[in-house]
Amino acid sequence: MNKFPLLALAVLLLPAIATPQAPKAAAKSAKPAVGNAENGKRLFVKNGCYQCHGFVGQGGSAGARLAPRPFPLEALIAYVRHPAPGGMPPYTPKVMSDAELTDVWAYLMTIPEPAKNLPLLNP
Amino acid sequence: MAKSKPTAVDRRNFLKGAAAGAAALVAPSPAAQAQQSGSRSASAVVPSNAALAADTGGPPAPVEMLTNERPGSDFMVDVIKSLGIEYCCANPGSSFRALHESIINYGGNKGPELITCCHEESSVAMAHGFAKIDGKPIMVMAHGTVGLQHASMASYNAYCDRVPLYIVLGNILDVTYRRGNVEWVHSVQDAASMVRDYTKWDDSPVSLAHFAESAVRAYQIAMTPPLEPVVLVADAKLQEEPITEFGLRIPKLTLAAPPQGDSGAVTEAAKLLVAAENPLIVAGRLARTPNGIKLLVELAETLRAPVYDQRLRMNFPSRHPLNGGNTVKDADVVLGLEVQDFWGLTHQQTPLNRLGMQSKSILKPGAKLISVSSVDLNHKSNYQDFGRYDEADLNIPADAEATLPALIEAVKRLLTADRKRALAERGVKLAAASQRVRDRDRQDAALGWDATPISTARMSAELWGQLKNEDWSLVSTVGNFVSGWPLRLWDFNQSYHYIGGHGGAGIGYGAPAAVGAALANKKHGRLTVNIQCDGDLNYAPSVLWTAAHHRIPLLSIMHNNRGYHQEVMQVQLMANRANRGIDRAHIGTTIADPNIDYAKMAQAYGVHGEGPITDPADLGPALQRAIAVVKRGEPALIDVVTQPR
Repeated sequence: MNKFPLLALAVLLLPAIATPQAPKAAAKSAKPAVGNAENGKRLFVKNGCYQCHGFVGQGGSAGARLAPRPFPLEALIAYVRHPAPGGMPPYTPKVMSDAELTDVWAYLMTIPEPAKNLPLLNP
Repeated sequence: MAKSKPTAVDRRNFLKGAAAGAAALVAPSPAAQAQQSGSRSASAVVPSNAALAADTGGPPAPVEMLTNERPGSDFMVDVIKSLGIEYCCANPGSSFRALHESIINYGGNKGPELITCCHEESSVAMAHGFAKIDGKPIMVMAHGTVGLQHASMASYNAYCDRVPLYIVLGNILDVTYRRGNVEWVHSVQDAASMVRDYTKWDDSPVSLAHFAESAVRAYQIAMTPPLEPVVLVADAKLQEEPITEFGLRIPKLTLAAPPQGDSGAVTEAAKLLVAAENPLIVAGRLARTPNGIKLLVELAETLRAPVYDQRLRMNFPSRHPLNGGNTVKDADVVLGLEVQDFWGLTHQQTPLNRLGMQSKSILKPGAKLISVSSVDLNHKSNYQDFGRYDEADLNIPADAEATLPALIEAVKRLLTADRKRALAERGVKLAAASQRVRDRDRQDAALGWDATPISTARMSAELWGQLKNEDWSLVSTVGNFVSGWPLRLWDFNQSYHYIGGHGGAGIGYGAPAAVGAALANKKHGRLTVNIQCDGDLNYAPSVLWTAAHHRIPLLSIMHNNRGYHQEVMQVQLMANRANRGIDRAHIGTTIADPNIDYAKMAQAYGVHGEGPITDPADLGPALQRAIAVVKRGEPALIDVVTQPR
């Protein structure tokens, strides 16, 4: 019955420390040059990305926001291969190939901007 | 600080009962006279059995006693009543059957009122939640063996969370008093030993006078910072046999003044804080009372210093302009007030070991740490809740809330007009930074707004939409499990708006603690809300029945991510560390196939249940229906299928 919240505690207690090494988001106008978004969505679930980042990459206490406006593909791959210490588990090419990560990125690129001025989120 | 209590009345009740009782062995009137006068004993007038035997040539033949209208447990109830304890949570057990009977009949089932629990873990966790709203303990009654074994993890949570519990254990110490096998396996030489590592004090009284004294002492110890659980053993023989002791009285309860910090150390702390360019106040389990919030606001506003509230208690208003706005790594002075894991707060993992065994300080060179904590007054060694040694520059072992008035005054004395102007400028910048964080939170909450499963941000926003005009109380931990969304979106500003979490990370706390907190809120008419994790509920869901049976109004919203999600991530971490991929990490960590129908579960226990809700558009109307039920004084549960975090 171990409930040791190592990762999440690190993120919650020190949000400014846990996230600054994440690569910067892509420009808003970036288009998926490559990748199969449908397969990427399947891989996003199969490989448990959603567990920390949410089903639509919205992020949360356990993982950074990935969408909309995801990291540039190269930065995403680089980060997944060599994440910040104490952060997400590294995914080697044996576990997820560059092609699969490209599909995931393509999926993230399809996620639209959220609606603005939602009444329930008014101050 | 003498506690206001109905002691005199209770003593009179006891005396009235004693005078009217039919206890076969003693005349009650000398005892009554002794209590009225406050004398310790008046027993010399009655000859002993041995003296009688000497006079008559042999002991009298045993007389069958069919009834005992004045059992020792009645006196125990008088003692408990004198402490002002409102409720007693218990799963029934034979080792405390007499005390149980005295509570419901002799005591009139009021002060304390018996709350029927279906698991001792629920009893203790309910008391945990109650104390965090009410600031004082209620009683838990359990077997000294199997009951306490069930209750031990919940006791550990309360210990780590610095919460007072008043646990009374039934036991049969005298081997000749045990009737059969069950009473052998339900008896123990030292009942409290099982939890001694994580309780503050215990005793096993051998007389009723001893019980009275230790019962009052136990309450005083539990309520002296650091607040912690205490254990009192009620021996079955003392409970069940007629009262034979003379001169019984109930000692006066005087609560101890909470320990304040040394005046010199407090002055030194004030100097460091006033001189600091970028101070940070970190509040852990600071606010023992509603006044703790006011004091922290006053200190922060006087210094124009940002506050990082660890949300282990309701310490600081969430929308205050000094809430947040600075980080540990930017601070030149960090003031920790009853902080949990100060070392962890000031260190980060390094690349040398990705699992976090290697670490380094994140403090700026020369930054000063000040720690004010009552936990330093009560360390134990076996369980490691004390964390790493924090290397504070100024360590003040004292109750932080009690120390704040002196610290505030010391700060005010040191502030010059020039310094006040500089601090005011800092305050403006911090307010802007704090507002930016809140604006960003609202923007981020919109992400995944219409997603299925429902995002925890959407769930929190829908809930806030229903609560913001109510007198509400959120009684579940919402830090990691729901990405802190309520804390980021709602306006927390009252002491009962939030009660922090479990303390010992022992899952199974959430549901019963919420019911206990709702019980404490009931007399205030507050709308109590519990965001209920599915894994947590499955440890002891029967507490839903307790809520229904006792008409405890509580709105529970399931955060149903169908798994022990923290452990999903832990196994993912290990799987990728082993370079095997994480696609099997769900094995042993998820709660699906079949999915549990929590609405039906609630209904089975007599609670209004709706769901599962998967479409976010259905959530608002379901909440309205459930709140209507809660406002009628009953519990309700909405099953919401949610994103993992």
